[in-house]
Amino acid sequence: MAADISKLGLKTKWQDLTEGMVIAGAGTSREFMTGEWSSVKPEFIEEKCRQCLLCVPVCPDSCIPVKEMKRAEFDYDHCKGCGICVKACPFGAITMEGVN
Amino acid sequence: MAKRDRLSGNEAVAIALRQINPDVFPAFPITPSTEIPQYFASFAANGEVDTEFIPVESEHSSMSAAIGASAAGARALTATSSCGLAYMWEELYIAASNRLPLALALVNRALSGPININCDHSDSMGARDSGWIQVYAENNQEAYDNMVQAFRISEHPDVKLPIMVCQDGFITSHAVENIELLEDEEVKGFVGEYEPEHFLLNPACPMAVGPYSVSDYYLEAKRSQAEGMRHAERVVLEVAKGFEALSGRKYGLFEAYRLEDADRAVVMIGSAAGTTKDAIDELRKKGEKVGLLKIRLFRPFPADAVADALKNVKAVAVMDRAEGYTNHGGPLGADVMSALFRAGSNALAVNIIYGLGGRDVRVEDMEQVFADLKTMIEKQDAGETYRYMGIRE
Repeated sequence: MAADISKLGLKTKWQDLTEGMVIAGAGTSREFMTGEWSSVKPEFIEEKCRQCLLCVPVCPDSCIPVKEMKRAEFDYDHCKGCGICVKACPFGAITMEGVN
Repeated sequence: MAKRDRLSGNEAVAIALRQINPDVFPAFPITPSTEIPQYFASFAANGEVDTEFIPVESEHSSMSAAIGASAAGARALTATSSCGLAYMWEELYIAASNRLPLALALVNRALSGPININCDHSDSMGARDSGWIQVYAENNQEAYDNMVQAFRISEHPDVKLPIMVCQDGFITSHAVENIELLEDEEVKGFVGEYEPEHFLLNPACPMAVGPYSVSDYYLEAKRSQAEGMRHAERVVLEVAKGFEALSGRKYGLFEAYRLEDADRAVVMIGSAAGTTKDAIDELRKKGEKVGLLKIRLFRPFPADAVADALKNVKAVAVMDRAEGYTNHGGPLGADVMSALFRAGSNALAVNIIYGLGGRDVRVEDMEQVFADLKTMIEKQDAGETYRYMGIRE
């Protein structure tokens, strides 16, 4: 099939690529581990966190999951290490090398 | 029943488009192609088509909108000339690499500068490596017929590439000729409904178009794209066969005019081929064995067939209505000469730049080209292989 993405991978022959490189299917960007791009990662210091959740909406990659009104550990598979969350945190509960 | 009508090339293409009744036509005006969207806009305003006609703010936008429409699953096209095409450059490659069927009615005009509104092929020749199929017309009839055939080629499942349907600015776009039109129903039946396998507005299968391809994929992606182009030659001939059955008018990859027994040949593209045929007819009356190979399909370039058609000629002049600034000729010259070389041809070959910026091409000019070819054969020397026709110097 011209849009079958099941065979895609770094070893894929040109014959098995989709036509026009289309990606058929929804939500496939989750499978793309953009976390591999980063050289530094933010660290979550849970005891300093007051669950204000200011960090959640500023994350460009939606890498701060929220469950029952509480933020959880970073999604490092997709965090690109931009450091915006460090700036957003009023309580010093997120640290990252090179970001004050 | 076919009907005859007196039409300019632009009118003829606009009527073909009315008969095709495409889904989306975004356009921005530029001389000499302006009349195509202008006539079409009146068809849209009069309710003669169901097309979404979108007056956009630039050619960058018209091609972008056509690409968006095609990706969404619509049959789309736009029209332009010269700097308008230049302004679409980025999108041309996107349309082709995304394997999107769509058409561009291109009315060939010189690129600036010096600024000039008249015919040459510098605009489309610059886009020759963009991955678009390119077909060219000699006259208004061919401009109409090529437009009717265009979507069938572009949308073919083995091809799925955009197609540029080119005609010569003013010479055919504005000159009125008596041509034969097909009935609306005949065109509708021939072109058929566009039913893409995959498209953005398909709720059953959401998809992303034009994703980033890292170095691990890009090379394979371009090879995959080339596969569509490799099928284009066959599909162009198949569609032409169907068109001949409908219209009685025969088309191929090129037209060989009195070439069979010719020892001298001219290879060229576009309206000046008509002038060359007149020159050939005059010379043939005097017993001179001269002929013409008029390219219809320039991209992909039918190199093997061209070399085969020229296998018996002793001298050939390849005429380029565009400069290549290679210091040895233009784009058609490069393609024809490499085809001859690979076929092991011994023909003496020259590349002649002519007709730039709308410079008139007369029958006497082409007779002189054939006379020059005769001299080359007599001397068994091509002499200067990169020439300008009719240059003041």
